[in-house]
Amino acid sequence: MAEIAIKGVAKRFGGFTALHQVDLTISDQEFMVLLGASGCGKTTLLRIVAGLERPSQGEVWIGGRRVDHLPPRERGIAMVFQNYAVFPHLTVFENIAFGLRMKKLPQQEVERRVNRTAELMHIEQLLKRYSGQLSGGQRQRVAVARALAMEPDVILMDEPLSNLDALLRLEMRAELKGVLAASKTTTIYVTHDQVEAMSLADRIAVMHQGRIVQAASPVEVYRNPAARFVGSFIGNPPMNFIPATKAANGSWTVAGLTLPGPSLDKQKLEFAIRPEDVDAGAEGLHATVRVIEPLGPHTLVTCDVEGGLFRAILDSNASIQVGDDLRLAPKPDRIRWFDPETTNAL
Amino acid sequence: MHGKALPYLLLMPATLFLWIFFLYPFALVAFEAVTRDGAFTLDNFRTMAGSWKFPATVRNTLLLAAIVVPIQLTMALLMASVVSRLETGRSAALYVFAIPLGISDLAAGLIWLAIFDQSGFLNTLLSSLGVVDRPVMFLGYQSKLTIFIAVALAEIWRATAIMMVILVAGMGLIPKEYYEAAEVFGASPWQRFVRITLPLLRPSLQTAIILRVILAFEVFAVVAALGGTNLPVLMGETYNWQFTLQDRNVAAASALLILAISIGFTLFFLRVLRVPKEARI
Repeated sequence: MAEIAIKGVAKRFGGFTALHQVDLTISDQEFMVLLGASGCGKTTLLRIVAGLERPSQGEVWIGGRRVDHLPPRERGIAMVFQNYAVFPHLTVFENIAFGLRMKKLPQQEVERRVNRTAELMHIEQLLKRYSGQLSGGQRQRVAVARALAMEPDVILMDEPLSNLDALLRLEMRAELKGVLAASKTTTIYVTHDQVEAMSLADRIAVMHQGRIVQAASPVEVYRNPAARFVGSFIGNPPMNFIPATKAANGSWTVAGLTLPGPSLDKQKLEFAIRPEDVDAGAEGLHATVRVIEPLGPHTLVTCDVEGGLFRAILDSNASIQVGDDLRLAPKPDRIRWFDPETTNAL
Repeated sequence: MHGKALPYLLLMPATLFLWIFFLYPFALVAFEAVTRDGAFTLDNFRTMAGSWKFPATVRNTLLLAAIVVPIQLTMALLMASVVSRLETGRSAALYVFAIPLGISDLAAGLIWLAIFDQSGFLNTLLSSLGVVDRPVMFLGYQSKLTIFIAVALAEIWRATAIMMVILVAGMGLIPKEYYEAAEVFGASPWQRFVRITLPLLRPSLQTAIILRVILAFEVFAVVAALGGTNLPVLMGETYNWQFTLQDRNVAAASALLILAISIGFTLFFLRVLRVPKEARI
C-alpha cells in the first residue's frame, strides 16, 4: 500500500512562490499525471515528493508515513529523470543494479532482478554496454529498468519521454503504460504534453502558477474543465470562449444566439464549447470563416465570432469557402459556462 | 592566399616557438648528457649515479613525492568538495584557498623558514608558553626528519591549491542529475562521493595528479630554503653539478633523469586513470 498524500505543501525560492498550498491525494497503484506549462511548479512538486527539494511548509505522506523530513533513500521511491541520468561510468547492468547494490542485496537476487527488468524493457542484449553506446530511446529504457528493479512502492517520472523523437515517444508511451500497470506501483508522472497525460493517466492534476487547478480523470478534465485555464490548456485546438450577456433570467445571448444557461445575478458570463462540439446548420453562432485547414478525417475551420477567434472541427465533406458566413450550432449538453471574474466553471 | 596553406601558416608561430625554446634546448641538453669532449659516452650517467649523494637524492625525492602528493590529493578532494557545495561565498573561498599559489616557491620556503628557524615563530611561541627552555634547532643537519617534515608541510601548504582548482573545475562538469539519481537510489553522501564523484572525476584527477607529481620531482627552492644541502634532492643535485661542480655534462644527465622519471609517471597515471571512450560523460 502506498498512498501518497500531499498536505498544504508550499515552496518558496527567495521571493518567488513556486507552489501555493498544494493538496493532493494519490491512491495506491494510481497513475497520476501532473500536467502544466513550464514553470507551473509540477517538477518542483515531484521533487518535493522525491525528497530532492524541501517544502517551505506542508507535509508529504507516503504509505501512511510522514516523509518530508526523510532523505530520498528512506522514502521507498524510485525515479526516472528527464535526462535519464544513466551513469556513464557504469555498464547498463551496473546501472540497473545500482539501487540494489546500495541495498546490499545478494548477488543472486541482483542478477535476477536486473535480468527480469531488462527483459521487461527489452534491453537484455545491452547489459554489457555503457551509456555512451546507447541511443536516447535505449537510455530511457535503462532509466525505467533501473527504477523498476527497485520494486518500489512509488515511481516518480519527470518528463521521461520529452527527449525522445515523436515516433519513439508514441511507442514508449504505450509500453510504459503496460509495464507500470503490471508493476502495481503508485506513479506520479510529470509532463507538459497533454496527449501523453490523457493517454497515460488515471487522473490528471492540471497545474497553473503553482496551484493545482483541477485533479480528475482525463475525460472529466477534458469535458468539464474546472476553470477557464484548463479548457484553454487542454485540447488541440483548445476550447472556444465567447463572452455572453444576460438576455433574461436563465437565458444568455452569445454571438447572436440566445441559449439557456445558469440563473445568476450577473450581467456577463463566458460561454465555452469544444471545437468538435459544433455543427454547421441553419441556426447557431454567427461566424465568418477566416482560414480553412482540411486535415483528412475532418476540417479545421478558424472563424471570427464576436471579434474573437473561434475554431470549429467540421465534417470534411462540408463545402465551405473563406469569407462565408456560417451558423455554428453548439451541442446543448456540451456547453460550459465560466465566471469571467473568478474564471471558474459554473 | 590559398586556403590550404592558411592552417599551416597559422600554426607556424606556435611551432617555431616550440622548436626554438623547447625542442632545440632539449636536444642540446640531451646531446651534452651523452657526450664528453665531443665523444659519445655514458660516463656522465655513471658519474651521476656513482656520486655518494645519489642514492639519498633519489630516495629523498621519491619519498617526498610519495608522501606529499597523496596528502595533497586527499586535502584537495576535501577542499574541492567543500568549495563545490558552497552556495554563497564560493569564489571567496576559492581565492582564500588559492592564495599560496600566488607565492613563489622560494618565498614559500622562506616563510616556513621563518617559522621553523632557531629564532623563528615556532620557537618564540614554544618558549613563551614555557614548553622549551631554549630555542630548538629544528632544521639542523642532525635533524633530517624535521627538515623533511618542514619541507613536506611547506609543499603541502604551497601547492595543494593547484590540485584543488583543477578538481573544482572537474566537479563542476559532473551533471547534478547523477547525484540526485544516486541519492534517490539509496546512496549515502559517502557512497555518492566514492561511486559517482571519484569515477566521474577521473579525467581531472589524472591532470591534477600528473601535474603535481611532475612538480614534486622538480622540488628545489623550498628544499634549498629549509634544508640547504642537508636534504639533497634531484633538482638540487642538478644545480650542484652545473654551478658548484661546474660539470654541465653530468648536470645534463641529471636533468634527463628527472625528465625520464616524470615521463614514466605521466605514462603510468595516463594508463591507470584512463577513462574508456565509451564510459565518458
